[in-house]
Amino acid sequence: MASATNSGSTTAGSIAVREAGAPGELAGPGTGRMVSQPADARQVATASYDVNDFAVPHGREEDWRFTPLERLRGLHDGTFTTVGSPTVEVDAPAGVVVETVGRDDARLGKAGTPVDRVAAQAYSSFEKATVVTFPKELAPGEPVVVRTRGEGATGFGHLIVDVGRFAEAVVVLDHGGKATYADNVEFLVGDGAKLTVVSVQDWDAGSVHLGHHVARVGRDATFKSVTVTLGGDVVRLFPRVVFDAPGGDVELYGVYFADAGQHLEHRLFVDHDVPRCRSRVAYKGALQGADARTVWIGDVLIRAAAEGTDTYELNRNLLLTEGARADSVPNLEIETGEIAGAGHASATGRFDDEQLFYLQARGIPADEARRLVVRGFFAEVIAQIDLPELRERLMERIEAELEASV
Amino acid sequence: MATLEIRDLHVSVEAENGPREILRGVDLTVKQGETHAIMGPNGSGKSTLAYSIAGHPKYTVTGGSVTLDGEDVLSMTVDERARAGLFLAMQYPVEVAGVSVSNFLRTAATAVRGEAPKLRLWVKEVKEAMDRLQMDPSFAERNVNEGFSGGEKKRHEILQLELLKPKIAVLDETDSGLDVDALRIVSEGVNRVRDTGEIGTLLITHYTRILRYIKPDYVHVFAGGRIVESGGPELADKLESEGYEAYTGVKESA
Ligand SMILES: Nc1ncnc2c1ncn2[C@@H]1O[C@H](COP(=O)(O)OP(=O)(O)O)[C@@H](O)[C@H]1O
Ligand SMILES: [Mg+2]
Repeated sequence: MASATNSGSTTAGSIAVREAGAPGELAGPGTGRMVSQPADARQVATASYDVNDFAVPHGREEDWRFTPLERLRGLHDGTFTTVGSPTVEVDAPAGVVVETVGRDDARLGKAGTPVDRVAAQAYSSFEKATVVTFPKELAPGEPVVVRTRGEGATGFGHLIVDVGRFAEAVVVLDHGGKATYADNVEFLVGDGAKLTVVSVQDWDAGSVHLGHHVARVGRDATFKSVTVTLGGDVVRLFPRVVFDAPGGDVELYGVYFADAGQHLEHRLFVDHDVPRCRSRVAYKGALQGADARTVWIGDVLIRAAAEGTDTYELNRNLLLTEGARADSVPNLEIETGEIAGAGHASATGRFDDEQLFYLQARGIPADEARRLVVRGFFAEVIAQIDLPELRERLMERIEAELEASV
Repeated sequence: MATLEIRDLHVSVEAENGPREILRGVDLTVKQGETHAIMGPNGSGKSTLAYSIAGHPKYTVTGGSVTLDGEDVLSMTVDERARAGLFLAMQYPVEVAGVSVSNFLRTAATAVRGEAPKLRLWVKEVKEAMDRLQMDPSFAERNVNEGFSGGEKKRHEILQLELLKPKIAVLDETDSGLDVDALRIVSEGVNRVRDTGEIGTLLITHYTRILRYIKPDYVHVFAGGRIVESGGPELADKLESEGYEAYTGVKESA
């Protein structure tokens, strides 16, 4: 919120600006931190479909330092015991093709190679993949809903959403039940196509979910995602975007609400490596209760070839109680001087008592006033969900989370 | 007839080096239908009095009493006070991101009236009240106080006064930061509410300017955390010509 202060949490940000071929990096304005890796680190980092190509993380690695490895039930080091994958059900309007395929399907892995050990683990271990195809120019008007329900076991998943050129698609990924789950989701957005994804992580208590999304965005294509993470003991999502051709337009929104003991982590990476693409990132989180923990990493890389890039990312966190901790690390690396715009903002603030007083002074009881403020805090992101019923359901879920603390 | 009674009120705030007493024995009775002006220099404790009546958690009452029709106001929560009929128009209204004016007003009216106003009547009621305050209808869709000009904030406060119809209204420097036009519009709003005869008004101000539009029945001079002199409207004229020096030893105009 406007009056948020940087208190009670670590908030770090950096902008590295580097001309192609220039030797060093400059720290960005007002951020006070250099990037911790060379700008081309991602090009040389491990990328593989095989889990054995990745070292087991121990917690000091940059990508893992915020994550409670001991709570991952062995998804990161191979000590997990696989019992069974969650059930996946798909509701799709006419014209959309839904298939369940084996590991040898030629369409697997087209969006991008895993760059994370758990993503590679999921890739190495899943048995069946779901492929949802929107043939070219199809615009069904109704969303596809992919329901993933955990039944208590440890499992792996793979989903491909392939949107043909000039098709217009809305896909809801609805995760629930109890699971220990790692998966890869590939979004292929064809030239001129539009894909909107709403991914809801509302797992039962005791669940662990490590999810990896890669969107490959075609020429003049539009990709919008809204990530809503509410339930689960540990949820770590890694949404990535790569561009195939100029003219791509990407909006990544997110909402998360961490209760006592929950660890909710979102690590975004937008890789601008072609000219004239646009990206907007806005994630908002609320935290309440002892050891409620959120991590937000926003990596945006504008490579030398990506002239005319326009990017902005924002993360805001609202600490509703003592004992919660939000880490927020926007990280913008720029390797070309020819950009249209680049910026980031990050703030973490306590619940504003002055707002509460103002509303109460108008007769509104304290718990209702808190609801209004939290609803207001999330409103601009939730408003991005164009499905009114889902929007209302999520707001109600957020309010239910809030009730727990009032 | 509603009566707000303040007796020997002492209030402290938590300062860096421990509690600091700001109000040092305030005595005041405001009855429905009356308008009292409280005039005092900057820092004399006027806002502290206003906030203490409304129940702001930053202010600690260390002695005395505040009652509304005999009910102990000090034991009520902030929202209970508002529902009991107290209203504070704030000197610095607070921004509430993501909450629209229309949602805010309806939520407040529902709380204060004890039931949700009928939608059709309510829309009309708000629209007419906004028209009278010369507020554009688009205002209702903006977020509460977000990006409002000084004048818009004060109109919005008076809009709430008109809609919530309290028994006792405390207006804390509603005139500050207003140009002549806005001051007139806002004052007319206050006068419309006063003309119902159903409200007691505590008009807090530093300057006499607003008293040309809103005629008080009583004027109190506030200095050093208490009322140091009370009188009729003529007291304001005296302050206008002589300033606060006689009360504070410091030259400051009113
Ligand atoms: N929260 C606070 N902490 C410390 N001092 C305060 C606080 N609020 C008010 N004061 C002090 O109390 C005195 C009275 O303030 P205030 O009631 O705002 O006066 P006025 O409204 O008459 O200008 C001032 O000296 C001010 O600095
Ligand atoms: Mg004041």
